[in-house]
Amino acid sequence: MSVPDRVSTTTVGDDLRIGAAVPPAPADEAKPVSGLRETLYFAVRNKKLIFGLGVTLSMLAIAIVGPYIARHPPLDYGGQLSVPPTTRDGYWLGTTLLGQDVFAQFVTGLRMAFVVGAIGGGIAAIIGMVVGFTAGYRGGIVDELLNMVTNVVLVIPTFALLLVIAAYLQVRGIMTEAIFIGLTSWPWAARAVRAQTFSLTSRDFVSLARLSGSSSRQIIFREIAPNMSSYLFMMFILLFGGAILIAATLDFIGLGPSNTISLGMMMQLSVQNAALQLHLWWWFLPPGLAIMAIVGSLYVMNVGLDEVFNPRLRSM
Amino acid sequence: MLRYLLRKLLIYALTFVAAVTIDWGIPHLMPGNPVLTLMGRIQIQNPQVAQHVYANYMRSFNLDLPLWKQYYYFWVSLVHGDLGTSILQFPSPVSSIILHAVPYTLGLLIPATLLSWYVGNKLGALAARRKVLDNTLLPFGYLLTATPYMWLAILMSFLFAVTWQVLPVGFAYDPTAVQGWTWTFGLDLLRHWVLPFLSLFLVACGGWAIGMRNLIIYELESDYAHYLESLGAPRKLVRKYAFRNALLPQITGLALALGAVIAGALVTEIVFSYPGLGYQIYRAITNEDYFVIQGIFLFIIVGVLIANFVVDIVYMIVDPRTRIGMQEGGQA
Repeated sequence: MSVPDRVSTTTVGDDLRIGAAVPPAPADEAKPVSGLRETLYFAVRNKKLIFGLGVTLSMLAIAIVGPYIARHPPLDYGGQLSVPPTTRDGYWLGTTLLGQDVFAQFVTGLRMAFVVGAIGGGIAAIIGMVVGFTAGYRGGIVDELLNMVTNVVLVIPTFALLLVIAAYLQVRGIMTEAIFIGLTSWPWAARAVRAQTFSLTSRDFVSLARLSGSSSRQIIFREIAPNMSSYLFMMFILLFGGAILIAATLDFIGLGPSNTISLGMMMQLSVQNAALQLHLWWWFLPPGLAIMAIVGSLYVMNVGLDEVFNPRLRSM
Repeated sequence: MLRYLLRKLLIYALTFVAAVTIDWGIPHLMPGNPVLTLMGRIQIQNPQVAQHVYANYMRSFNLDLPLWKQYYYFWVSLVHGDLGTSILQFPSPVSSIILHAVPYTLGLLIPATLLSWYVGNKLGALAARRKVLDNTLLPFGYLLTATPYMWLAILMSFLFAVTWQVLPVGFAYDPTAVQGWTWTFGLDLLRHWVLPFLSLFLVACGGWAIGMRNLIIYELESDYAHYLESLGAPRKLVRKYAFRNALLPQITGLALALGAVIAGALVTEIVFSYPGLGYQIYRAITNEDYFVIQGIFLFIIVGVLIANFVVDIVYMIVDPRTRIGMQEGGQA
């Protein structure tokens, strides 16, 4: 493959050289190391990976534990109005202009962000893989058709599409939001998987598998997918982060779930209620900071993973 | 070359048809009678007004006609530039609302997109494989690209407009200012433009810098770069070639990133009450003014298609392979 078929995402170079996935063993070690052991060897020594994973996991821990610690329901108007962060009554992050517990809203929103990321990113990854594997392996007219569909969905801005759909939904739940995000954000993933499948399909081991009578499904699941598993995992991480950002934007524009609170809705409500002019910083700072922390650490983790899986990128 | 362009145009035409069909289909696909739902939501007390609005809705949706005819009429009115009438700002047509808002959005979007692309790519190329720069610039890049657009806008507004009060809080110009082609009004416009522009620019810039940095590293580790180096070529020359090659996917990336930047511009406008499309769409959503939402959706699609086409042409000029048809499978 002289001209690598690149898919541009702004965050990773997608041209992961899968063929070079088995690096030469370090010179000072005499016996060959197994693939997994070696990956682990580099993984625990990669600062980016450790840092990204650490931040993501601690945010996840807050999202899981937080709602149990919160002393007030997130949507209750019980407290005093506009209280700055305090230790009294469990209003650790203060209250909103309307007397709602910011901490409770924050941890609930954090949980919603992970839910949207996992479901939205998961659905997008599955569709992307199905379309990408099929197009890349089958080739020919199937590829042409799927490519056409992918390109059409790719050009339509996901956000604009979600805008119209969400505006017409009567009751919006967090699940519907996640599903719709998943259904619209798969195209670049499909193109990336297709390109990788394309290059793997022409390798000898795939031809051998075909000669030995394996079915297409077997070849895809046993030969092709395992050889790009690291790539697929990184793709999912990017889709996960992307889904969180899209959901926050949708929520901010007033199309968030109608029965709960999310980080984007917190920002929307704070802007709407003049929290900036009233200097209620504890209301609008935490939600954005949390999104930045989650998505940013996911991206950093991705670069770390890239360096672990791809020996050419390891800066020794 | 012609084949490449035709292929692209076909995809854009298909996209347009798909978008129009979605725009038409969504109100029809939703359960229940959309007109009755809309009527229930806007809750007009005066029965005469209610009847008028109902009739207006029925006529606009053509709901009494068979489905294919409704679809046909949707296209007919679209061709005539008729996107319906706003309810909130009755009786202004949606098309005129859009036309009034577009200059503000484009005034933010175009400079922010192009400048962030240019600056981001330069910074990314500079940082790649240079330890000190990489370690300082890169974390910033990741933070910026992970920042939700509206949050940076909120932060900027809070710091510069509310706390330090060096720049105005919102709107495109001071409501008391005398409008006209004067320096004072121009300066007023500029002062209101700076913060929304900066927040849009910064987030986008981070993404481009990271993308470029990663691409350059891939290029510098590729065979041709190693070969060139082993021949004794100066590092600067190798980097120059790497930059040129890395620029190609970034050009395609420009088209792909457009959707995200537009979404960013919309929410940034909301934070700053900047009277562009985003502000209009926010008002439309909070007041359930559906024709405005649908009209802006179509308008954004058309804008994105045009921008994609421009990027395709630029790509064709920059990458000679597309010109002689070496590009396999029409990928770009």
